[in-house]
Amino acid sequence: MRLLVIEDDTEVAAFVAKGLEELGHTVDRAADGKEGLFLATTERYDALIVDRMLPVVDGLTIVQTLRAADDPVPILILSALGEVDDRVKGLRAGGDDYLVKPFAFSELSARLDALLRRSRTADAPEVQLQVEDLVMDRLARDVRRGGTAIELKPREFRLLEYLMRHAGQVVTRTMLLERVWDYHFDPQTNVIDVHISRLRAKIDKDFDRPLLKTVRGAGYRLG
Amino acid sequence: MDRLRVIRTSTFQLTLLYATFFALSITILAGFLYWSTIGYMQRQTDATIEAEVTGLAEQYRSLRLLGLVRVIRERIEANPDSGAIYLFADRNYKPLAGNLDRWPELASRADGWYSFRHRTRRGDVAARARVFALPEGLVLLVGREIADLDRTASIFLNALAWGGGIAFILSLLGGVLMSSNVLRRVEQINATTHRIISGDLSGRVQSRGTGDEFDELADNFNRMLDEIERLLSRVRHVGDSIAHDLRTPLTRLRNSLDEAARMDNPIDARQRIEDALADADGLLRTFSALLRIANIESGSYAGDQQRVSMRVLVEDAVELYQALADERHVLLSASCSADGHVCGDRDLLFQLLVNLIDNAVKYTPEGGRIEVELAEHAQCVVLRVADSGPGIPAELRERVLDSFYRLDSSRHAPGNGLGLSLVKAVADYHGAVLSLGDNRPGLEVEVRFPRGDVIH
Repeated sequence: MRLLVIEDDTEVAAFVAKGLEELGHTVDRAADGKEGLFLATTERYDALIVDRMLPVVDGLTIVQTLRAADDPVPILILSALGEVDDRVKGLRAGGDDYLVKPFAFSELSARLDALLRRSRTADAPEVQLQVEDLVMDRLARDVRRGGTAIELKPREFRLLEYLMRHAGQVVTRTMLLERVWDYHFDPQTNVIDVHISRLRAKIDKDFDRPLLKTVRGAGYRLG
Repeated sequence: MDRLRVIRTSTFQLTLLYATFFALSITILAGFLYWSTIGYMQRQTDATIEAEVTGLAEQYRSLRLLGLVRVIRERIEANPDSGAIYLFADRNYKPLAGNLDRWPELASRADGWYSFRHRTRRGDVAARARVFALPEGLVLLVGREIADLDRTASIFLNALAWGGGIAFILSLLGGVLMSSNVLRRVEQINATTHRIISGDLSGRVQSRGTGDEFDELADNFNRMLDEIERLLSRVRHVGDSIAHDLRTPLTRLRNSLDEAARMDNPIDARQRIEDALADADGLLRTFSALLRIANIESGSYAGDQQRVSMRVLVEDAVELYQALADERHVLLSASCSADGHVCGDRDLLFQLLVNLIDNAVKYTPEGGRIEVELAEHAQCVVLRVADSGPGIPAELRERVLDSFYRLDSSRHAPGNGLGLSLVKAVADYHGAVLSLGDNRPGLEVEVRFPRGDVIH
């Protein structure tokens, strides 16, 4: 994938670029908003990573400009510590996701994967999701593994649905809180873990091959 | 205190303005008095003269020349010192009768009113007279000495000038006195302010105890200083706490990295580095929570204000924590008797709920229970989170809301000591009242939000 990182903090930019290159992406870097906007409008990228506060042209302005020109490129906005609450503004400006610095690289890559996947599978909400022998019928709200029906509570259903949509990808705890519970907050305890272990008990317990895996220091992965 | 400063004070300038208005109104009043007394007397004199002229003209018509001469002589003889002036003259202004020996020097000889100096045995006297032409070229002059009237008028004007002048000077003096008094008290406040600016926060303005507006100002000023001092000491406390509370995880972080650096086995080293990362994340979470509290408390938080149903938030939060509570064998239940609409920020309100429930789950022993209740009153939405844990002693309930304050009994529990501070900040942000009580046993936290569907 070809990515553009617009970030004036050279240390953060190098950290992000290095990590993404290790994952096999091609990364371009811009150190100010003007250069970033120029690159974003003249080259084709699969996703942009844009810092909120940039010299010359502000990060939000870049996002707004691209969206005003109907550019659908997925954008992940970065913001400094303590600006948590600018999130609403960032998303409203047209950003697809929002991440507060400093962040674990695993969080960035998980979110980026989710963005890239979303733009590829665009807006075709499949009725049926399948990961190996686990099948979900979204309309009938029916989940089966190897033909055995699995009883799920509504929230567990949504949790599994999200994991299945991002099968093979790492999904972090905050992503789950934001997407499955739809709240943006700082969980005091790893309250998500209990929900995951309950779900795991339902879909993996009686089967030899576990589907739902814990990725140390990052989150979870299905399949 | 230099003299120019008194003149520059607003009190003095006000007094000056006031004195000017005062002098002006005295002048107008005196003018009116003058017109109504001296003027009245002048008009009386004129009326008398006019009546006499009319009377004498009448006499002339019926008694002719000799008759008029006789009447005039009789009048003069009857009352020689009355100050009345008569002169009856022929066409060449030669006197025929009267108490003037010749026609006086008047501005003109035509009919009308004249003022002139009249020579008598007592010297020159001011007089006023009316000249009236009779048939056949004869002229009649009737007048009055007006020396008394003149004297009265000049005394009056004198008194007026002196009185006005003295009143003006007195009010100016009063102004200087008043301004220097005000100035002294303002100087006192200024001196205290200067002391504070130069770093001595203990300075206070003295109040006289008279309860006037300067005392009120001094009291308010002192209260403001008390508040600043309190806030400063709180900041200092938070600073100390940060240093103290972050030392442990920082030390642990450093030790992990140190160990990792000395390890030969990369798998063990990796384990240490992951521990270090977890500690670093914990530290960052603490900082982020601190910044968030500061952001909300300073009022610079720019979240979304919308109508939020607390019932939905309570149900979601309880559902989120249900699994954790089950695992710990704690009974977590919610009862909402209303939708509880509140105007505010959905994510912040959810954070408040999560922090309260999280605390309750953390401190409630196995077999205990936690109740989350939502009720709607006429003016407020009341959220109540009660647990059956150890509770908080009454005297410490205020303190646990301070950043980093942790009960000694909970030092071992996970957390950063910011949970309730954030709850307090969010409650304040929404204009809600937070109160901690005794659930006998356990802690009861009550948050009273203003209703979002009622106009306050």
